[in-house]
Amino acid sequence: MTLLAAEGLNKRFGGVVAAKDVSFALAAGEMLAIIGPNGAGKSTTFNMVGGQLAPSSGRVLLAGRDITGLPPREVCRLGVGRTFQVAQTFLSMSVAGNVQMALIAHHGRTRDVVADAASLYRAEALALLAQVGMAEAADRPIGELAYGDVKRVELAIALAAAPKLLLMDEPTAGMAPRERAALMQLTAGIARGKGIGVLFTEHDMDAVFAHADRILVLVRGEVIAEGSPESVRANPEVQRVYLGQSGHKAALRARRGAHG
Amino acid sequence: MDFGFLVVQSLSGLASASSLFVIASGLTLVFGVTRIVNFAHGSFYMLGAYMAVTVVPWLLDFDRSPLLFFTGVLVSAAVVGVLGVVMEVLLLRRLYKVPELFQLLATFGVVLMVQDAVLWIWGPVEIPGPRAPGLRHGVEILGQRFPAYELFLICVGPAVLGLLWLLMHRTRFGILIRAATRDREMVGALGVNQALLFTGTLFLGAFLAGLGGALQIPRVSANSQMDLSIITEAFVVTVIGGMGSVPGAFLAAVIIGQLNSFGVLIFPKITLVLVFLLMAVVLVVKPWGLLGRPEPAAGRAALPEGILATPRFGLWEKVILAVVLAATLAVPVFGDAYTVKVATEVLIFALAAFSLNFLVGNGGIVSFGHAAYFGLGAYAAGLLVTKGGFAMEPALIAAPLAGAAFAALFGFFVVRLTGIYLAMLTLAFAQIAYAVCFQWVEVTGGDNGVVGVWPSAWARSREVFHYLVAGCCILGIAALRHVIYAPFGATLRAARDSEQRADAIGIDVRMHRWLAFTLAGAAAGLAGGLYAFSKGSIDPTLLAIPMSIDFLAMLLLGGMQTVMGAVAGAAAFHTIKDFFMPLTDHWRFFLGASIIALVLIFPRGLSGAYGALRRRA
Amino acid sequence: MAGFTFSRRSALAAGTGILAGLRPGHAPAQGAPIKVGELNSYARMAAFAMPYRNAIQLAVDQINQAGGVMGGRPLEFVFRDDGSTPGDAVRVAEDLLTREGCAFLAGTFLSNVGLAVSDLANQRKKLFLATEPLTDALTMAQGNRYTWRLRPGTYMQTRMVVEAARGKTAKRWAIVAPNYEYGQSAAANFKKLIGSAIPGAEIVAEQYPALGRVDAGATVGALAQARPDGIFNVLFGPDLTAFVREGNTRGLFERRLVLSLLTGEPEYMLPLGDECPDGWIVTGYPWEQVQDAPHKAFIEAYRARFNDTPRKGSVLGYVTAQVVASMLNKANSTETEAMVDALADLPTQTIVGNVTMRALDHQGTMGTWVGETVLRGRTGTMRNARYADGANYLFPEDEVRAARPRS
Ligand SMILES: Nc1ncnc2c1ncn2[C@@H]1O[C@H](COP(=O)(O)OP(=O)(O)OP(=O)(O)O)[C@@H](O)[C@H]1O
Ligand SMILES: [Mg+2]
Repeated sequence: MTLLAAEGLNKRFGGVVAAKDVSFALAAGEMLAIIGPNGAGKSTTFNMVGGQLAPSSGRVLLAGRDITGLPPREVCRLGVGRTFQVAQTFLSMSVAGNVQMALIAHHGRTRDVVADAASLYRAEALALLAQVGMAEAADRPIGELAYGDVKRVELAIALAAAPKLLLMDEPTAGMAPRERAALMQLTAGIARGKGIGVLFTEHDMDAVFAHADRILVLVRGEVIAEGSPESVRANPEVQRVYLGQSGHKAALRARRGAHG
Repeated sequence: MDFGFLVVQSLSGLASASSLFVIASGLTLVFGVTRIVNFAHGSFYMLGAYMAVTVVPWLLDFDRSPLLFFTGVLVSAAVVGVLGVVMEVLLLRRLYKVPELFQLLATFGVVLMVQDAVLWIWGPVEIPGPRAPGLRHGVEILGQRFPAYELFLICVGPAVLGLLWLLMHRTRFGILIRAATRDREMVGALGVNQALLFTGTLFLGAFLAGLGGALQIPRVSANSQMDLSIITEAFVVTVIGGMGSVPGAFLAAVIIGQLNSFGVLIFPKITLVLVFLLMAVVLVVKPWGLLGRPEPAAGRAALPEGILATPRFGLWEKVILAVVLAATLAVPVFGDAYTVKVATEVLIFALAAFSLNFLVGNGGIVSFGHAAYFGLGAYAAGLLVTKGGFAMEPALIAAPLAGAAFAALFGFFVVRLTGIYLAMLTLAFAQIAYAVCFQWVEVTGGDNGVVGVWPSAWARSREVFHYLVAGCCILGIAALRHVIYAPFGATLRAARDSEQRADAIGIDVRMHRWLAFTLAGAAAGLAGGLYAFSKGSIDPTLLAIPMSIDFLAMLLLGGMQTVMGAVAGAAAFHTIKDFFMPLTDHWRFFLGASIIALVLIFPRGLSGAYGALRRRA
Repeated sequence: MAGFTFSRRSALAAGTGILAGLRPGHAPAQGAPIKVGELNSYARMAAFAMPYRNAIQLAVDQINQAGGVMGGRPLEFVFRDDGSTPGDAVRVAEDLLTREGCAFLAGTFLSNVGLAVSDLANQRKKLFLATEPLTDALTMAQGNRYTWRLRPGTYMQTRMVVEAARGKTAKRWAIVAPNYEYGQSAAANFKKLIGSAIPGAEIVAEQYPALGRVDAGATVGALAQARPDGIFNVLFGPDLTAFVREGNTRGLFERRLVLSLLTGEPEYMLPLGDECPDGWIVTGYPWEQVQDAPHKAFIEAYRARFNDTPRKGSVLGYVTAQVVASMLNKANSTETEAMVDALADLPTQTIVGNVTMRALDHQGTMGTWVGETVLRGRTGTMRNARYADGANYLFPEDEVRAARPRS
């Protein structure tokens, strides 16, 4: 069954065309990777699906329902969790507090003025943190964590809403190679186990080819290839514009440095 | 109305616009580069006028030539520019690392000090300046006489705009200013000497303010109240134009000038509120002003300003709390009548300041107009008692309801904005409410207000009333504190920390901010109601800007990072004021100096200092 | 100039300590001083309040030197800044009454402050002698048993200038007044009174710029456009200076009769300098033309002690002290009720002549000078000035009875 369908998404920022006629579909339990060079329009596509940006034209369907232009909070309530390219967390709160906050929102108790926020949904939050391997850090301020750990917590936050669909914009940016593999393994496990669809982008090709069921290649806002990892790897155009780029690895390392 | 009159009236508007632009351009430049909301800008304007009425007549004694007149004007402006540098080096430079609001408070301290310094140096009597030689006369335009000097002023605005354009596009300094206005972090990263850039900008800003003041001397006499009368107007121009945008300031000044000169023909009393009405409308329609850019705040991962941790009371805190509560209750037993009075007032202000911190510290919603809800609560209570014939008890229930109702009404628009624009919209609404209370004489008693707002017979003694206030305020503070620890309070902190993340986990940020605004308005309204009964009267000063600033000062002195800081701040602020007021006429100087000293010594407020002490212990 | 004045006890110290021994003849006052709590806008309205306080100090010293009050007790004024807001003022007033142990309150400048303190006095049953606030509400609609006012209020001053315009021919009138209570109620009084002095007079334009923020160009333009024959002006201070300069350049005042409140007071005349308009009918204080011996003596003493010329505030301050002394002597007690009773219709011989505190509306009959402005040398003064005794300009008795709440 199709969980997410994007149909002819376009987005322009003034003169810049960030997405041009982007269409794709994603089934429950499937992992779809979007790859492409910097500025290709990956984040823009994520934001149009997640509601952070309204597309200039085109439609987004979630389980058959049109969610185009809905604000993020409503997209979230329909079962979409996400992480951001630059991690977005609540810096004044502890690690557990962040996840508890997401749980409070998920359970619709944000207007509760009676309960004690610090103890509400603590057990559930710890369980989610355990899933992503961050249980020991539960009571540390999130600002103290290494960036890679913050990304794991962000995953726990996204999972708190029991999503059907996960949007992960560069989930492993800023992590050491060993950590990346572990996080992707973890994500894949959770997704497959719960039947969650995952849309993710990565600059780390090892992670992409190891975990993606299918891959979408975006260049200058346009989809130039789509298919299984093998077919994408074999696609000559992809090789020319993306994988074969000289200095690509170096650029990747530079990006990592900037994020870390 | 004949054509000549319309032309001349619009020329009058242009002349005012020109003066206003010169001042506002300096304010907008300083804000763009340093992100400091510089309250002292009005003081620089005043100093420019005082310098000019001192320097120019002395120069004209040598020779009454236009050349010497304008030399004097420029010299005055330059001296003020140097004073701007002094403020930057001695004060602001130590404050770039502390939360932005503290810088605002420090510049407000400067305002207070300059006011009294001016009285001290130049005396209380206004000082008229000489008219400009060669421009004393009137010029005949379409059958109407128009001052030649104002024709000259009309040219000054575009000239300054042109010169600023050249500076910004043709010099390295100017290009850096533009870059810093767009992205401060980037300029820092490029290895530019930031201190020098800031000092230079402060010189330019203060110079322009001083120039604006010095150019006024042929029209208005230098007086010790011109700082506050110009600063709000300059802020409005800056905000309407878009903070940081010089052409925007020009456009806004022209619009305001024209509105003013034609507005008085239709509504002769409009001047009090016109500019604020315009600002409210512009901000509701264009949230970043006419030519401003959205704040590039999103995606930045910086620790927010405001309440960071919500610790439980430890042993020490419990002891302190018990002592404070006991002291509050014991005041009527051991203190004299006046101490009781002061303690009552501190309690009321503590509630008001706490409710403000609920917004600012916990919600990241910086309100410059919190006094509106305090004052409207007071008016609701006062009018019910005096005009409605109700007793104190229902009036005290109506006060928080009125505060909440108006906070809900204004807040509906306010929460659509963020940052400095949000703050300015709260200010605009507060001024509109102020103007209504001021001008609706039949109902509100105008600026005289309404007297006879005394408590019911049983609560009339100072002691009983103190206990009543203590009960209301302690309950109010405890309830708000509880909310801060509850999911609703946490949700507000979440939205403050990362609006994007909050949205992505399903939180309706605006709606929660709106509820918070309403709740804070209710608490402020209750405080206002109690205040009305403690004073026996209501009047527009309760809603005025100085009252809002007092609340902010209390909050910042106490420290907005902590939950209970605002309470300590209210006590500290009141104590300082109460200490200096009976001692000297120049109490504002000492109040300002105390504020600056506290900001420098305790950049996180008193409670921040306490926290540091506890951690070390 | 003003210096950092630590003002708490200065009046008494100077009074009894230094001057007492200088002149034999009178026994200097002795015993516990009678304290008057004086609160005023010393910080914000210093131009008025400083000369006022100086004159009170002068008067208090002279009174104490001459034997004090109530048969030999020294008089003491405790001066405080009222913060210029009702909230601050009420707290300061409480401080004066409780901690400082003042027998009663005096002073205040702004009308809203005056009214708030007046209501506090009523509530606490303490006497309040309002000296400067001009609002008519103080003695009329919101008058109370414990509040008395010395200075002629808005109505009286307006009536003085309107009477002076009797017989003039100007029919079309424009009003310009600051947008607050004083300005509004002066304008309202003017509208009510002008018809009786000049039959057929009509109002053709009104302008109410915000206090301290007059946009002189636009205001002058709007007034001129209505082509009035006469202008009634209530602006004062920096607003007045800006208005006069703009009006002079644009010829607004040419061939027009101008009635103007307060403009002749040195406080406002001095800053006008050589821009002082000619022939405006104003209230004011031409101190250099005073012929009266006691008044002249006061002016000399004032100039000798403070090295400055007296202002209108100085006269008020001196008369305040004189009325206070006379009240205390009559009451011979600091009981509030006794003092209030003593004030009723109390005549006092002051430097401006007899001042009676009318019992009907608690208004003093102190007057002011009315005349025409004229430029002499580089500063303006008044010509044809005469002292208008307040007794002739009080509210009509039936109006008072209708307006004042019955107690
Ligand atoms: N808010 C915006 N305003 C204007 N242009 C934008 C905006 N957001 C993105 N763009 C532009 O749209 C294009 C696509 O940006 P996007 O962030 O989607 O790329 P990306 O594929 O995520 O790149 P990266 O790998 O660097 O994250 C870029 O040219 C970018 O400059
Ligand atoms: Mg991206």
